[in-house]
Amino acid sequence: MAAGRVNKVLFGPVLDNNPIALQILGICSALAVTTKMETSVVMAIAVIAVTAFSNTAVSAIRHYIPGSIRIIVQMTVIASLVIVVDQLLKAYMFDISKQLSVFVGLIITNCIVMGRAEGFAMKNSPGISFIDGVGNGLGYGLVLLFVAFFRELFGSGSIFGYEIMQLTRNGGWYNPNNLMLLPPSAFFLIGFLIWIIRAWKPEQIEEA
Amino acid sequence: MEHYLSILLKSIFVENLALAFFLGMCTFLAISKNVKTALGLGVAVIVIQAITVPANQLIYSWFLKKGALVWANGFISTSTVDFSTVDLSFLGFISYIGVIAAMVQILEMTLDKFFPPLYNALGIFLPLITVNCAILGASLFMEQRKYDFVESCFFGVGCGVGWALAIAALAGIREKMKYSDVPPPLRGLGITFITVGLMALAFMSFSGIQL
Repeated sequence: MAAGRVNKVLFGPVLDNNPIALQILGICSALAVTTKMETSVVMAIAVIAVTAFSNTAVSAIRHYIPGSIRIIVQMTVIASLVIVVDQLLKAYMFDISKQLSVFVGLIITNCIVMGRAEGFAMKNSPGISFIDGVGNGLGYGLVLLFVAFFRELFGSGSIFGYEIMQLTRNGGWYNPNNLMLLPPSAFFLIGFLIWIIRAWKPEQIEEA
Repeated sequence: MEHYLSILLKSIFVENLALAFFLGMCTFLAISKNVKTALGLGVAVIVIQAITVPANQLIYSWFLKKGALVWANGFISTSTVDFSTVDLSFLGFISYIGVIAAMVQILEMTLDKFFPPLYNALGIFLPLITVNCAILGASLFMEQRKYDFVESCFFGVGCGVGWALAIAALAGIREKMKYSDVPPPLRGLGITFITVGLMALAFMSFSGIQL
């Protein structure tokens, strides 16, 4: 396992080949949790863990999975891992698990997890698959944090619950923009993020 | 009856799965390039939602919920195991996804055997639906909101129709967008996101409707 390859597998998905911005994967559960930084961090960690370990597990048993039922096998591995994550969250972070509500369960159908298991782990050894899972999870988490940063900053004037811009209702100057807390703003922010990334890296532009 | 109608309309317009909860986004963005395929996918989603949400509701209320296994006490002597305290709800995720995968497979085979034209029209979309978060999401919302069997039938249909409506509308807009001059870095995915955002804003005008 050459160091260059590890680097490429780990950091490639963060910018050059971002799962959300370029591959359109895993947007499903990503956007609903981004009204606050706190929930997004937890969600990002959960996805990194699930992707990394499901990649490792699928890769370890890849020679024993019959081709015709591989999707179901992958699904079972992923669903079991998500159950573990969900139970851990319920046990140690009950408030956050309440806020994430159904979206923890929806990691199962998150296309990133499935896509990496099918696209990478089925062809590579467990070690590098683990790193690939972490890399893709990081790429996902980065977009999540980017969106959450702007939504929380402009929507509630705070970061991680600490007030950065004092709100008018607390005697400050900033009047929060409630649009940022509503679903449409997440779509706009991701749209703009894609615009920025593609303006910077023109080779990602689609022929429309 | 009004109560059921309210659940139906609420799940179609007010709490639209695609535009208010971001569910099923991957397929929503990838398969919305033309109206015809979008409609095909929409119909497939309606059918699967209408079957899986009530089916999962039955599984939840008869097997997984705390105390749901109490009927099994009649078969096995209660001195060994007391089923009325068994709580299997942590198995929810894996059972729901299993039901969904199985239903999709069964539906595919049934359509292939009895309605070949419909099968050919939906063919490629059916397997995709297994990993569509809108389907699993609807089942999880059903569990969270504690719908009973009849309610979940209406909820399932409503979710499916709402999603189909959203994807058909988006596909219509994207077909027209071919004629507009979009800045190159924004082409494709970027402008689609912004369009969906505007659609979500429009759908928000339904919020607050009480029936």
